[in-house]
Amino acid sequence: MTDQVARLEGVSHVYGECQALTDISIEMPAGCMVGLIGPDGAGKSTLLGLIAGARKLQAGSVEVLGGDIGRQQFRNRLAPRIAYMPQGLGGNLYHTLTVDENIGFFADLFGLTGERRKQQINRLLEATGLLPFRDRPAGKLSGGMKQKLGLCCALIHRPDLLILDEPTTGVDPLSRARFWDLIDRIRAQQSGMSVLVATAYMEEAERYDWLAAMDDGAILATGSPDELRERTSTRTLDEAFIVLSSGKGPDKAGNEKEAEPPLTAAETRETGTIPAIEANHLTLRFGDFTAVKDVSFSISRGEIFGFLGSNGCGKTTTMKMLTGLLPPSEGDVSLFGKPLDAKDLGTRQRVGYMSQGFSLYGELTVRQNLELHARLFHLPEEQIAVRVDDLAAEFGLAEVLDQLASHLPLGVRQRLSLAVAVVHRPDLLILDEPTSGVDPGARNQFWSLLFRLSREDGVTIFISTHFMNEGERCDRISLMHAGEVLASDKPEVLIRRAGEQTLEGAFMRTLEAATGTDDIGSGAMLTDEHENEPDYRWFSVRRLWAYGHREARELIRDPIRMAFAFIGSALLMLILGYGITLDVEDLSFAVLDQDQSPQSRDYVTAFSGSRYFIERPPIADMAELEQRMRSGELSLALVIPPGYGRDLKRGQDTEIGVWVDGAMPFRGETIKGYVEGIHYSYFKELVKRTYGTIPTLSRVSIEVRYRYNQDFRSLDAMVPAVIPILLIFIPSILMALGIVREKELGSITNLYVTPVTRLEFLLGKQIPYIVFSMISYVSLVMLAVWVFEVPLKGGLWALSLGALLYIIVTTGLGQVISAFASTQIAALAATAIITLLPTVQFSGLTEPVSSQEGVGAIIGQFWPATWFLQVSRGVFTKGLSFSDLQPTLLNLAAFMPVLTLISVILLKKQGR
Amino acid sequence: MKSLANIWNLGLKELRSLWGDKVLLVFVLLAFTLIVYTAGSAGSMELNNAPVAVVDEDQTTLSRRVIQSFQQPWFLKPDLIQYDQIDAVLDRGSHTFVMVIPEGFERDVRKGDVVSVQLNIDATRMTQAFIGANYIQSFVTTEVARFIEPGSGSTELPVSLVNRVSFNPNLEGTWFGGVMELITEVTLISIILTGAALIREREHGTIEHLMVMPLRSYEIMAAKVWANALVVMIAATLSVTVVIQGWLGVPVAGSIPLFLFGALIHLFSTTAIGILIGTVARTMPQFGLLLILIILPLQLLSGGITPRESMPQLVQDIMLLAPTTHFVSLAQGILYRGAGINVVWPELLALTSIGAVFFGTALVLFRRHLSA
Repeated sequence: MTDQVARLEGVSHVYGECQALTDISIEMPAGCMVGLIGPDGAGKSTLLGLIAGARKLQAGSVEVLGGDIGRQQFRNRLAPRIAYMPQGLGGNLYHTLTVDENIGFFADLFGLTGERRKQQINRLLEATGLLPFRDRPAGKLSGGMKQKLGLCCALIHRPDLLILDEPTTGVDPLSRARFWDLIDRIRAQQSGMSVLVATAYMEEAERYDWLAAMDDGAILATGSPDELRERTSTRTLDEAFIVLSSGKGPDKAGNEKEAEPPLTAAETRETGTIPAIEANHLTLRFGDFTAVKDVSFSISRGEIFGFLGSNGCGKTTTMKMLTGLLPPSEGDVSLFGKPLDAKDLGTRQRVGYMSQGFSLYGELTVRQNLELHARLFHLPEEQIAVRVDDLAAEFGLAEVLDQLASHLPLGVRQRLSLAVAVVHRPDLLILDEPTSGVDPGARNQFWSLLFRLSREDGVTIFISTHFMNEGERCDRISLMHAGEVLASDKPEVLIRRAGEQTLEGAFMRTLEAATGTDDIGSGAMLTDEHENEPDYRWFSVRRLWAYGHREARELIRDPIRMAFAFIGSALLMLILGYGITLDVEDLSFAVLDQDQSPQSRDYVTAFSGSRYFIERPPIADMAELEQRMRSGELSLALVIPPGYGRDLKRGQDTEIGVWVDGAMPFRGETIKGYVEGIHYSYFKELVKRTYGTIPTLSRVSIEVRYRYNQDFRSLDAMVPAVIPILLIFIPSILMALGIVREKELGSITNLYVTPVTRLEFLLGKQIPYIVFSMISYVSLVMLAVWVFEVPLKGGLWALSLGALLYIIVTTGLGQVISAFASTQIAALAATAIITLLPTVQFSGLTEPVSSQEGVGAIIGQFWPATWFLQVSRGVFTKGLSFSDLQPTLLNLAAFMPVLTLISVILLKKQGR
Repeated sequence: MKSLANIWNLGLKELRSLWGDKVLLVFVLLAFTLIVYTAGSAGSMELNNAPVAVVDEDQTTLSRRVIQSFQQPWFLKPDLIQYDQIDAVLDRGSHTFVMVIPEGFERDVRKGDVVSVQLNIDATRMTQAFIGANYIQSFVTTEVARFIEPGSGSTELPVSLVNRVSFNPNLEGTWFGGVMELITEVTLISIILTGAALIREREHGTIEHLMVMPLRSYEIMAAKVWANALVVMIAATLSVTVVIQGWLGVPVAGSIPLFLFGALIHLFSTTAIGILIGTVARTMPQFGLLLILIILPLQLLSGGITPRESMPQLVQDIMLLAPTTHFVSLAQGILYRGAGINVVWPELLALTSIGAVFFGTALVLFRRHLSA
């Protein structure tokens, strides 16, 4: 065992143009708790990802647990020894799956079986206190519980190195404390395990053994917390970090602290005036879930009022009710003494709102954002420029005025958001977690601005936060948990009442009193006493099955995708079946009969009696003919010349004018054919009626035999062709979305850091889609036979085998496409375009492949739909059986290994 | 006044956002140029390179002349096969037509008998089968007549037909395909642009931002409608003048401004549809899936691909409620047949009323969506 758990040398990492890490060299001690501290965007996550092997190393070298992580072989052996919990609440979890199903999935990936699997899962759930919730979907757990579940999943296989990326961000202080107790217990039980943590909470970092402070992709300093504080001569890590990141001396930092206005304004505010906001018994229910329960408060003018609580405790929902975005189920809100009316635009003029996360137009510049909001609040045009300049100066935005908002660092963006919120000089500011993810220095600046607004301009500020030290800066705060306000008063009063030193302690005490200890868990052993037998085999049916099983469950629980898979294909079949009908019937025609003789009328009956034509009122003159053709009313017009009947009797040649609407060429061509046919047979019939014999008009008679589709029914021809279109389109889209979804939601990390191989991953995910598509194939065949009444003449088994092969190929195609797409919408668009065009144009749907030329002919040969189209048409209309279709089926089967091989090669086992 | 200013300012913001999204812009540009051009130049519903096989049991001058009468570009050069191969080639689908010239064909024709020639057609190839049969019939009859009486044309009936194909004399597919594709793109792109603009605002959280400002929901919606409609109008104008008239060389019969006016009214409905889907879909992928389910019937059943009169009556009646049906018939009237406002006013009226209903519905749903 080496003394270092990880050693990095000259590591750099870029995302596009953004430099995430710059030439990092660091050695991290083994067997202890190592912390990475720094603001969002400092490069902490990238660094952890590299160490876990989840991201591909770009430059430099990384050694983890004594081996080079850049080598694929070593990574494969390392995977069972590392546990990695990515950023975000439940980033590696599947939210529609229950607690049990999530843990079971990881147990399968790491090869736990039988009794041991059951014991280990039960032990983990019991130790973390999740046992009572084992049947609840992961998405419905609270933040703290999600993180505990994530930890369970990570610990299923007794790792030597535990990597936690911001495990407690947005979790309430009590859950946070319990989470760390849990980690301490694991470490006590399994000595020698190293833990690597990134965090944005400086207070938490106090309990780590060794720290690396990071900013802007570089390491600022390393050492124990004590060493860092000593070196910067500061009292807290927060301050130490400000000093380290600004490079300023400790005195300067101290001064900034001093410069904050005293918190006495609250006492000096006028009493007796109408409160700025008053909320009475606010309650909001979504279905049977109560998001906010009986919340009341009153905020005076000029006061800074804080809402403290974890993610999902109802802070944002309450704020939305105050702004009128959400109507409360019960209770009422008054703004400036008047009941809140969501439709009253006048009130909105007095309120500034800053929603959670950055919510300005990133594609506009700073100036454009400010100007847009100034105009929307109807500031007089001549004042806008002045106001924008003032705000830019006041909020320190002057230098970035013409930069795109999306290119700004987080701290600056939040200042811009605040500037936008106050552009119309509101009396009331509602700020929802404005400082989340902002580094301590920028947070201080932000608070200075808030104090200035409150104390100098008398603006009432209602702010929510999950940082306890920010709560201490408010005049009054409410502690929120699970939709309820637990306590509400001045921070110092709350601290005193709880008998604690800090607000954090006070909050924890209050929470404990309110929630009890139902989810603490027992002191049971968390880790398995047995050493795991890591499964290094390159292919494991169990892992493949784990993915297949999980994907199927997820699919079943997603109504939109399910609906698209089944209803979508049936609906599209109906539309396409009727839409691509090529029958040309019921054509409207009219006659300009300039003869008006019995002969001319007789001629017209030949047309009006045909099933192809429907007669419309006669035409009076050429101008009318022109006009009625032009409007599209008539597809065909016949002009019978004067003297037609006379000429016919005399045997003189005469001509009938035929006007065909050629706007739709295919239809025009067909009409011409019909007219010639009717004309020809009419005269044959006429001669027979007159002379009693059939004249020999031609020495050759063509006996046309329409094969396979004697009635010439368009549906019989088109429906068997629609099935291949739908079975390439929908399965490949669903498959591609299924993979890209994992990329977008972050659960793809499980492919990166667990022992599952690429082939297992791909095949496992493919199986449920093949099953689903086969069900949809069956429903399509039933529709074809029963609704469209297309006879199924050939072998059903040959068709079904063809469909199975085809679906394997088309889902495989979706996998190949998914390798190139990084967002779901891109995957959707790309798959739709790539599958539809060749299928409709080149696979022989309308023109046989043998008629195609050039590129089209080549694409046609190498497109699976070409082959399945032959199977489908062959079986439906030509009555072919298995033996006739053998070569075609073999061709189809040949696509399978090729596509899977391409997907395996293109799929990366590491992120970027 | 304030309201108009809001709509104007918000619309400018939409245009700026769109300008920032270069990928989307390129996509729009391609849709109106390259894709319209490809569809126009591909146009392939007519007979083209149809594969023919012939069983020549006669092996005479006449039979060879008949075989040679199959001409490009309608037919490929016929392949000679044996009698027992007929079923195989038809089953395989490699040939659509198989003609059997019987033994003694030339001898019997010379005798003055009427000789039967068998023509097998794979009727599952609807498009080629019917038109191709007509062509083959006329080729063979003409060839035989010429053989008997050199210099003569087809057989003479006392009354001959004089065909005049209006609006597209040579029945060229290019004319049809290009214009129909343009119509499809106008519908598709306007739905995508407005819907995506709405979903983007929601995904970025900016829609909440707008809701707490002194703005009304119809202002937000109207801004999206005018800005995205403007982009589509510009693209459509360029497409019809540069691509369709210039590049593809289609002679447009009617007034282009009138067509564009119709397109503008049509855009009222389609942008409203975009907003509707945008309010129903929670995420971009859901939007995409819903879009596919909505755009396909709008496009396929509108009469732009296959003739409306061939569809079941129920489908025809339902499709009267879709704006595309009226837009397609309006566009065909103006662009192919040179129809003026006196002819197409019923379509304009229908489009306007459908647009009003869609816009109203979208507004109601959008309001409810914002307040939920």
